[in-house]
Amino acid sequence: MAPAIQCRDLRKTYDGQVEAVRGLNLEIEAGECFGLLGPNGAGKTTTIEILEGLLEPTSGQVTILGQTWKDNSRELREAMGISLQETRLSEKLTVRETVTLFSGFYRHPRAPLEVLEQMQLTEKADAWVGKLSGGQRQRLAVATALVGNPKILFLDEPTTGLDPQSRRQLWDTIRGFQQAGGTVLLTTHYMDEAERLCDRLAIVDHGQIIAEGTPADLIERLGGHHMVEFQVSGSSNGHSGEVWRALPGVESVRQDNGFVCLNVHEPHLTIPALLVAVEKEGQHLLHLTTRQASLEDVFVRLTGRHLREE
Amino acid sequence: MTVAQQTPPTPAPVASSDTTPRNGRWTGFRYLLMARLLELKREPEVIFWVFGFPLLLATGLGIAFRNKPADVTPVAIVAGPGADNAVTLLQGSPRGSSIRAAVVAEPEALQGFRLGKYDLVVVPDAKGSFQYRYDPARPESVLSRAEVDDALQSGAGRKDPVPTSAVASTEPGSRYIDFLIPGLLGMNLMNSGMWGIGFALVDMRQRKLLKRFVGTPMRRSDFLLALTASRLVLMLVEIVLLLGLGVLAFHMQVLGSLFTILLLNTVGAVSFAGLGLLTASRAQKIESVSGLMNLVMMPMWIFSGVFFSSERFPGVLQPLIKLLPLTALNDALRATILQGASLGAQSGRVLVLLAWGGISFLLALRWFRWT
Repeated sequence: MAPAIQCRDLRKTYDGQVEAVRGLNLEIEAGECFGLLGPNGAGKTTTIEILEGLLEPTSGQVTILGQTWKDNSRELREAMGISLQETRLSEKLTVRETVTLFSGFYRHPRAPLEVLEQMQLTEKADAWVGKLSGGQRQRLAVATALVGNPKILFLDEPTTGLDPQSRRQLWDTIRGFQQAGGTVLLTTHYMDEAERLCDRLAIVDHGQIIAEGTPADLIERLGGHHMVEFQVSGSSNGHSGEVWRALPGVESVRQDNGFVCLNVHEPHLTIPALLVAVEKEGQHLLHLTTRQASLEDVFVRLTGRHLREE
Repeated sequence: MTVAQQTPPTPAPVASSDTTPRNGRWTGFRYLLMARLLELKREPEVIFWVFGFPLLLATGLGIAFRNKPADVTPVAIVAGPGADNAVTLLQGSPRGSSIRAAVVAEPEALQGFRLGKYDLVVVPDAKGSFQYRYDPARPESVLSRAEVDDALQSGAGRKDPVPTSAVASTEPGSRYIDFLIPGLLGMNLMNSGMWGIGFALVDMRQRKLLKRFVGTPMRRSDFLLALTASRLVLMLVEIVLLLGLGVLAFHMQVLGSLFTILLLNTVGAVSFAGLGLLTASRAQKIESVSGLMNLVMMPMWIFSGVFFSSERFPGVLQPLIKLLPLTALNDALRATILQGASLGAQSGRVLVLLAWGGISFLLALRWFRWT
C-alpha cells in the first residue's frame, strides 16, 4: 500500500530569493499521526500547504495516497480535511450554517450536527461565528475539516492560542480520528503536544528536517533521559564547563541564561559528584532541579536555540 | 464509528453508501448562494447602500429638479431716472407676466446678479434707452435677456410682422426624473456589481477564506457563479424598488416591456460582475482594490450619462463614450423604459455589454488568485 503522504526533495523558493523549504523528504504511513515540529519561520506552513495542494513546490515530488495533485486533485480533495493556520470564517453565518456550507462541497459528507457534537459546539450551533471565543473558532475550523469525512487530516498549528482545556479536547478528537483509521499531519511548536499526540515527528529548522523519529527515539538520541539544571555563584566561570562535563554520567552540558543544564544518564550518580565539585570550586549552589528530558532539549541540543525564540 | 452505529443492519447492501453520492452536482453551488444571501441579509450596511441610498438619491433629485409650474425670470432694474419707465413698459407688455422685476440700487443689483438671485440687470439711462448686463455663459441669463428685450420692445409698441402662437407641451418621459431613474438603475447595477463582487472577493482573500475553500473539492466556477447569482437576486429587488418609486411617486410611465427591462438588467449585472471579478482578481488588500474600483468606475460616472445626457460631451469623444458598458446600459434602459424600444433595436448595446462581461470573465479566470 502506498504511503498516505510522501514527498521527495521538496523545495520552495519565494520570489527567487527566500528559500522556505530546502530539500525535504517525508513518508507518512496511513493511520499514523505525524508531527512537524519547529520554530516559527522554519518552513512548516509552506511544507504543509504544498502537501495540501495549495502551493506549487519549486521542485520535488508529492504523492498523497499514491496520487499526484496534478492528476487527481479533485479526488484528493475529497479525501482530505484541512485547517489552515488562520482562516477567518464569515462572521455573520452561524456555526451550523458554516459547517453545512462546507459539507455541501463533498460527495459523502458527515452530518453537520454530528460533527458539531463531536467538537462540542452543539450549544453554539445557532450562534454567529463572530460571537465565538478563540477556542470555539479553532474547534469550528477543525469541524469544517472533519465534515467532509476525510481520510487524511492536515492541521496547521491547531492548538495555538487555545486554553489548556480546549487543547486537551482537541487532542482527544485527533486521537479519535486516528483510532478510526485516519492519518494526521500536524504542525506545532509545542513540544508537549508533539510528544503526546504524534507517533512520529520531524524536527524542521531552516526548511530542512534535522531529526526524525518517535518522540522517545529523539529523546534517546540526546544521550540521557534526565536533565539536571543548576545555578552557582562565584567567580571562576571560565573553565567550569569542562568541570561539569567531567562529572560521572554527563552526556552534554549547555549554559542557558545563567543556568547550567546537564543531560545525564543516571542522576543518582551525577548529583552527589556535582555537589562535591561545586564545593571544590569554592562556589555556592543557588538552585538545583532535575526533570525528564523533553523534545525542547532535543531541539536546543540540535540547533542551540529554543523553539519559541525568534 | 458513529455513522456505522446509527445505520440499521441490512442483510446485503447492494450499493454501499461509499458508491452512492449523497450530494449532487449543484449542492455546493446552492449552499454557497444560500450562505451569501444570508450574509448579505445580515449586513445592514449592504441593505442601505444597495437599496436605501439609490432610493434617497432618486427622491432627492426628483424633488429638486421637479418641473416648476411657470418659470418666472427674476430681473433687477437699477434705480435711477429711467427705472419707472422700464417697470411701466414691462407691466404693459403682454409677456410681462413671466418677468419679476425689482428696482434696486446698482451695487445691490450687481451683487444679486453675481449670486444668481437675478438672471439679468437692466440699467436704464435718462435718455430712455436700456443697457442689459447678462452672462453669456449662463443659459438662463441669455434667455432672460431675450425675454426682457422682447417684453420691453412690445411694451413700447413694437408690432410683430408675423403672427405666431405657442402651445405648452410636456410629454411624459421627457421630465428630469424620467431621465434620472433609468440612469440610477444603471449606476446602481455598476456600483453594487463592482463593489458587491470585488469587495467580497478581496475580503475573503484577505481572510484566507478563498484559500480554505479551494482546499475543499468545491468547484471554483460554482463559487464565482454563486457570487454572481447573489447579485442577480439583489438586482431584482433593486429594479422593483427604483421603478416602483418612479411609477408611484413620480408618475413615471414605463413604455417598454418588463421582460426586456429585466433582460437588459441581467446582462448589465453580469457584465459588471465580470468587471468586478477582473478588478479584484489579484488584489490582496481592501485598500488597493478600492483604488482600482474607483479608477474603473470614475470615467463611467462622468461620461455615461447618469445625471445628465452624455450627448453634452464633444463629438470626438462620442464613439468612445458609447463603448463604455454603463453608457450602453443606460442608453438601452432609457430607450426601453421611456420610448418603449424593443430588444432587437438594442442589439448593439447588448453586444457592448456582453463583450465587456465576457472578456472580463475570461481574463479574470486566467489571472484570478485564490490564495
